[in-house]
Amino acid sequence: MDDIYRENILDNYRHPKNFGKLVNADIEEELGNPFCGDKIAVSLKLTGTHKQGVDRKVRDIRFNGQGCAVSIASASLVTEYIKGKSLREIMALNRETVLSLMGIELTPTRLKCALLSLETVQNAVKQTFTG
Amino acid sequence: MLDTKKIIPDFPILGKKINGKPLIYLDSTASSLKPAQVIRAMDDYYQRYGVNIFRGVYKLSETATEKYESARSTVASFIGSKEANEIIFVRNATEAVNLVAATWGEVNVDSQSNIISTVMEHHANIVPWQQLVKRKNAKLNYLDITEEGRLQPGQIENKINVNTRLIALTYVSNVLGTINPVAKIIKIIKEINPGVKILVDAAQAVPHMKIDVNNLGADFLVFSGHKMLGPTGIGVLWAKGEIMKDLPPYQTGGDMIREVYLDRTVFNDIPHRFEAGTPHIAGAIGLAEAVRYLDSLGMDKVRRHEEELAEYALSNLTGMKEITVYGPHTAGDRAAVVAFNAKGVHPHDMAQILDRDNICIRSGHHCAMPLHTRLQIPASCRASFYIYNTKKDVDLLIEGILKAKIFFE
Ligand SMILES: Cc1ncc(COP(=O)(O)O)c(C=O)c1O
Repeated sequence: MDDIYRENILDNYRHPKNFGKLVNADIEEELGNPFCGDKIAVSLKLTGTHKQGVDRKVRDIRFNGQGCAVSIASASLVTEYIKGKSLREIMALNRETVLSLMGIELTPTRLKCALLSLETVQNAVKQTFTG
Repeated sequence: MLDTKKIIPDFPILGKKINGKPLIYLDSTASSLKPAQVIRAMDDYYQRYGVNIFRGVYKLSETATEKYESARSTVASFIGSKEANEIIFVRNATEAVNLVAATWGEVNVDSQSNIISTVMEHHANIVPWQQLVKRKNAKLNYLDITEEGRLQPGQIENKINVNTRLIALTYVSNVLGTINPVAKIIKIIKEINPGVKILVDAAQAVPHMKIDVNNLGADFLVFSGHKMLGPTGIGVLWAKGEIMKDLPPYQTGGDMIREVYLDRTVFNDIPHRFEAGTPHIAGAIGLAEAVRYLDSLGMDKVRRHEEELAEYALSNLTGMKEITVYGPHTAGDRAAVVAFNAKGVHPHDMAQILDRDNICIRSGHHCAMPLHTRLQIPASCRASFYIYNTKKDVDLLIEGILKAKIFFE
């Protein structure tokens, strides 16, 4: 039987951390999961200025959107994990990071749900490189 | 109802257990299961005469050619057509729509033109038209639905004008289950503007009810083999011969030619003109066998079986607390596909919890994002029923939904 609905997943789904939207965010991004139409939006406040580039750190982050238990729990865990991390560190995160944060195994379809939040955050970070 | 005790043993997958439990397959709208008869027919081709068609005078090739072409006739008469050459074999319903857009659309749509589709379409009947109007600088308009999930009456008269070239509409919605009164709609359209061509997406109709292209009035009709007990990789475009016979080809190469010179080519007649290259021979043979299987049950009986299941599922689901059922709540104009949402349970999670009991439902937007946007929901759960499903399957679904609701409470 699948055991993806562990207590930590259900907790983070029912009471997600960092849920909401930052006013005066430095960067914002929204991304959808093409399989189900779910959407996650993130807003981040960073330390320093543009000059510090990838050394800028995440001062605060919020996310909102609609999603299944996997995508919401993942967004809760991922946003919590990256607080205080530098943009360089964030860009180095990958699916293993997310899976180990969640502590569960996922089928390819549900993996898309789990990775949506990290993908959204990384897309947001990429904006700072071009902006 | 159909005698499911006789039907179920024909489907090898239904005899298998997963983790010791039987399979409750409620996703035939996405793809149906395949009976042993179909699998055997395809196997027989590969085992006994698996060679190319049209190219050999040797016996095996003649046999293969004969089977492939008789599959075309079988499929033609299944939808009431006497003209086998009006059946063009393609990969699936999606390719059939693309073929029409790339050939008929290329010639007949210009910057003055408009095309009309509906908000309840599968992406297969929206995106190819979006791309065509983009290429041609034409317009694409949509018919809206009522709160009940039926096409809004009176809109056709308002949207159609002298520049309307095509109406692309689904016979049965793969989410709402709505059976559109297609023949009536087409009659209205042709009265207003006889020049308008009609493409009917019958992907959810041909597998489930008797279709007769003579009474329908459509110009193009598309469907997929894999949703009607047939194999994947084979689909059908039925198109009136008079429309297709002079159109430019879709793809070019072998088999679709009459004569080739180094500087020019004379194209073959329909339907071969639109079937470039070696086709899915085994697929066509499998589809013909699927058609024979459905014919042996009788399409009117298939429809009655599904109507009863739809009725039973609807009455159970609409009676549940905190469950929203989309689409018409009357089984009479509804296919046996029911989309719903349970408060507090995301469709993905519902599908995952049901999968613990091997109950297979679909979750997501079911390739109908504009429809979900119209319903103001990101996603839904969808259960669909076919000839091998029973009322017991509905009971198990309801039990599963209750379990999921308790789990996420
Ligand atoms: C109404 C409708 N149209 C078109 C399609 C596309 O079928 P296929 O993916 O076989 O091309 C589907 C399949 O989901 C459908 O339900």
